[in-house]
Amino acid sequence: MFQGIPIQPEQASSIARQVDYLYYFLSATAIFFSAVIFSSVFYFSVRYRRRVESEVPKPIHGSLPLELAWSIGPGIICMFIFAWASILYFRNANPPEGAMEVYVVGKQWMWKLQHPAGQREINELHVPAGRPVKLVMTSEDVVHSFFVPAFRVKKDVVPGMYTTVWFQADQPGQYHLFCTQYCGTNHSQMIGWVYVMQPRDYENWLSGGGGGNMASSGERLFQRLGCATCHVPGGGGRGPQLQGIYGKPVLFEDGTKAVADDAYIRESILNPAAKVVAGYKPVMPTFQGQVTEEQILQLIAYVKSLTKDQGNVVENPSEDKATPKMKAPPAGKKP
Amino acid sequence: MADHAAAAHAHTPGLRHHFVDMDQQRESARLGMWLFLLTEIMFFGGLFTGYAIYRFSYPEAWRLASHHLDVALGAINTGVLILSSLTMALAVRSAATGKKQLLILFLIATLVFGLVFLGIKAKEYHDKFEHHLIPGTTFEAEGPWAHQEMLFYCFYFAMTGMHALHMIIGMVGLLILIRMSMNNKFSPEYHPHIELFGLYWHFVDIVWIFLFPLLYLIGRHAA
Amino acid sequence: MSTSNPSPNDRRQHYLNAAYGLRSWLLTVDHKRIALLYLGSITFFFFIGGSFAVMIRMNLLTPDGSFLQAETYNKFFTMHGLVMIFFFLIPSIPAVLGNFLIPMMVGAKDLAFPRLNLLSWYLYIIGGVMALSAAALGGVDTGWTFYTPYSSTYSNGNVVIMGVGAFVAGFSSILTGLNFIVTIHKMRCPGLTWFRLPLFVWAMYATSVIQILGTPVIAITLLLLAAERIFHVGIFDPRIGGDPVLFQHFFWFYSHPAVYIMILPAMGVISELVATFSRKRIFGYNLVAFSSVAIAMLSFLVWGHHLFVSGQSIYAGLVFSVLSFMVAIPSAIKVFNWTATFYRGSISYDTPMMYCFGFIGLFTMGGVTGLLLASLAVDVHLHDTYFVIAHFHYIMVGGAVMGYLGGMHFWWPKITGRMYPEIWARFAAVIIFVGFNLTFFPQFMLGYLGMPRRYHAYPAEFQVLNVMSTAGASILGLGYLIPMIYFIWSMRYGKPAPPNPWGATGLEWRTPSPPPTENFEEIPVVTEEAYDFEALARRDAAALRNEGELQNG
Repeated sequence: MFQGIPIQPEQASSIARQVDYLYYFLSATAIFFSAVIFSSVFYFSVRYRRRVESEVPKPIHGSLPLELAWSIGPGIICMFIFAWASILYFRNANPPEGAMEVYVVGKQWMWKLQHPAGQREINELHVPAGRPVKLVMTSEDVVHSFFVPAFRVKKDVVPGMYTTVWFQADQPGQYHLFCTQYCGTNHSQMIGWVYVMQPRDYENWLSGGGGGNMASSGERLFQRLGCATCHVPGGGGRGPQLQGIYGKPVLFEDGTKAVADDAYIRESILNPAAKVVAGYKPVMPTFQGQVTEEQILQLIAYVKSLTKDQGNVVENPSEDKATPKMKAPPAGKKP
Repeated sequence: MADHAAAAHAHTPGLRHHFVDMDQQRESARLGMWLFLLTEIMFFGGLFTGYAIYRFSYPEAWRLASHHLDVALGAINTGVLILSSLTMALAVRSAATGKKQLLILFLIATLVFGLVFLGIKAKEYHDKFEHHLIPGTTFEAEGPWAHQEMLFYCFYFAMTGMHALHMIIGMVGLLILIRMSMNNKFSPEYHPHIELFGLYWHFVDIVWIFLFPLLYLIGRHAA
Repeated sequence: MSTSNPSPNDRRQHYLNAAYGLRSWLLTVDHKRIALLYLGSITFFFFIGGSFAVMIRMNLLTPDGSFLQAETYNKFFTMHGLVMIFFFLIPSIPAVLGNFLIPMMVGAKDLAFPRLNLLSWYLYIIGGVMALSAAALGGVDTGWTFYTPYSSTYSNGNVVIMGVGAFVAGFSSILTGLNFIVTIHKMRCPGLTWFRLPLFVWAMYATSVIQILGTPVIAITLLLLAAERIFHVGIFDPRIGGDPVLFQHFFWFYSHPAVYIMILPAMGVISELVATFSRKRIFGYNLVAFSSVAIAMLSFLVWGHHLFVSGQSIYAGLVFSVLSFMVAIPSAIKVFNWTATFYRGSISYDTPMMYCFGFIGLFTMGGVTGLLLASLAVDVHLHDTYFVIAHFHYIMVGGAVMGYLGGMHFWWPKITGRMYPEIWARFAAVIIFVGFNLTFFPQFMLGYLGMPRRYHAYPAEFQVLNVMSTAGASILGLGYLIPMIYFIWSMRYGKPAPPNPWGATGLEWRTPSPPPTENFEEIPVVTEEAYDFEALARRDAAALRNEGELQNG
């Protein structure tokens, strides 16, 4: 508080630095153009101030070259900025392969987060430094928005759909987490902290608690809801088998295809007949209203765990030998 | 110049004080009406855009839901509205040729067709109520697309409801015009109300011409 | 520059003394009187909206927001936004200055549809009363953006009354725009071709196009929202497959162009001020006129830049980003052309010109910070933070309100026939400029630091900047009170104004101040371009000679 006025937010992710370079450039451009305008207005208004009450200056109708110059010149600068900003945005839109996933559910007025390994958190998120983290987010009620200023990332959290955001924190520390989409009375209390930890500390933290990993919670749910009676391993049930389907294309009755991703699984749980797998009948009942958003995420984690080569599913925190291998793929790597 | 203008004003019934002459007044009114219809297009355009987006997302639900609509009644209503547009056009023509009796007759005919349309629409709404197709608490649909079918009916009621509201406003306008005609307010030279109302009425008709296939017909062949 | 000097006891008939009594005002169809009805009502709403702003800034003095309850705070910022946008900014310049000036600028006796014009005012008042009753009956806490499903399902506020109020006010806006377009097309006096029109008229034309094309879309959107709230089911409801993001698309399809409904008229005013107070034709008249039209067209293609982080497709983001950069160019052209007009001009520093300088400075800053928000990657960080708040206040308050006040000072002598006290007016202009910057510049910094908008309480490290902002707001609030006081004072005690106190060229300055009910004693005939100050000087000299001959003869 007393060391003066802060002018820059903390820079704690790989994206933050890239965004800041563009921000500096834009600020410089903004200051430059403002300075040009201000100084010429100031100069002209002093230099050509009215000296004689009755004077009438000669009219100037315009100058096509000049006007073209200040239409096209700023236009070119704008296109340059557009290209820079868009390339950055594009690169940051897709998480790198092998990013660690955390599931986020927003509700009035708290953030509920769950790690694949089972740890649940409320208004806090622990992540390891130097490793890309992808958040899969949805909302139970209204639109929220997940914002970590230090990482320069933000994404709306919308009911009825999954949005994702990713970052790679590189500075251990404690950073603000804000909801930035107005969501009702306690919108300003829907805040929390992101704790970035050294990978080793993160491992310790992971093993410190949690009530079974997400996939196994999902498996229990799978049994309890009776899914297992139809979705029999190896096929042959009334529903398609779920082993090995995650991330693979699925062929439907109507001849169309889609990749079995989170959104597809969610839809299949809530609105089973929307896309019926080829060779099966639309007999599955909807589970709308019977499962919460969090439970759907657990079911998804379970289905995902049935596809073994899905490398980023942390099966068990204690045997997570995969971590060092996946550590810090170059930022911005194309998936 | 000023005297001349004043004299012109004195001799032209219906010329309002701030216009130079009748042509200016007529053209202004006509442009104003077209601009108003443009705003109406944007207004309905919002509904049509929403309809198109959801139709694209849930084609199956749209197909299933449209089966609950009564094509026969919709088709009859389309015919009724087209007839009312015809009588309206004839009313405009009668006004232009100064046939007062015919003008009143055609206006009344337009009014009657409008009433018939609204009557049939009311019957359809009633049927939807009977079949529990009103979105909200009474909605009952089966199958995997039940929710999205409700979405279809949201559009059905919003679009046809807005259209019906425009019809009702039009009927009020017709009543006023009939009264004005009876009081000899119009002459072959001066009947802008009739002409502009005609534009409005045709517009409302055209909206229905789009609504009928979009809500009742598309996707039916796939049954 | 004036050619006649009416004495204070002049008993000449004009629109103000043509009739007396409340009825003569409430049932008037004179565009000038309707403009004054609007002036009174929007000033009322401006101070209502302003008092909400005072409450907001008071609350943000401390990080814990102890001044107001969270719920109250949310209602206050909602009402601040709704009142300022729908009941002050959108009607401000069009309904007051546009109403008063467009018929005179085109040499007509009135707008094309005088009774429709009065109806517009009544619709505006009905909408305003509904908005205020929504506030009085418990308030609305959705934010002025009404995002679903919060507004349709979760909010406890009077969303329906408020939405219908905005809907009704929207009709007022549509009818005003329609009236202007028809007037500009059909009622220009002899000789007044399109390219002889004052640039204010061009700007108002472009504004009216947006009003009639955009407003119906928000009308249907608000109706659908109200229906969804009443029937508990609707097309934006995610529980039945509806898409809340679609609401955002619909909303911004109107509300982004609406930004230009607010700023284009101010640009028109500034064009008049720049020309008059440097006594020069606007540099590149045609380009400035066309840029207004270009802004109006492009404004309909950029709404998606409000949805860069909403989960819309990244390709849509690209398209909206590039179009947003493109809409910046016509605005930049205007600023450059105004600046070039000063070159070799004869520049005076009367109060309207002070506001004009203020506008150019603040609008430029608002504009260049818009570039940061149009840039995809940077917007991801700045979206929904105080940076956005600062940016649009620089445009809306620094731009539109400065333009409005500049225009009010410029045409006040014409409207009331009285001059305001120049010293006080310049003083107020400086106070407003300083107060404004102190209020909103810190908010740019807050936004970059990451402070989200619509927060009732905030982390302690943001406090210093918030205190600065609140301090600036108190100066700004004071600054706005001064003009109101001396304007009211001047209506009675101000020096009588000559027909053309500034030596300006428009047709409105060729008729006495205040103008007669029919605007002109004789329908004018235009023989010269806009802003032809040489022709004006010749005419004035000729008139002086005539007067001398009459006296001698």
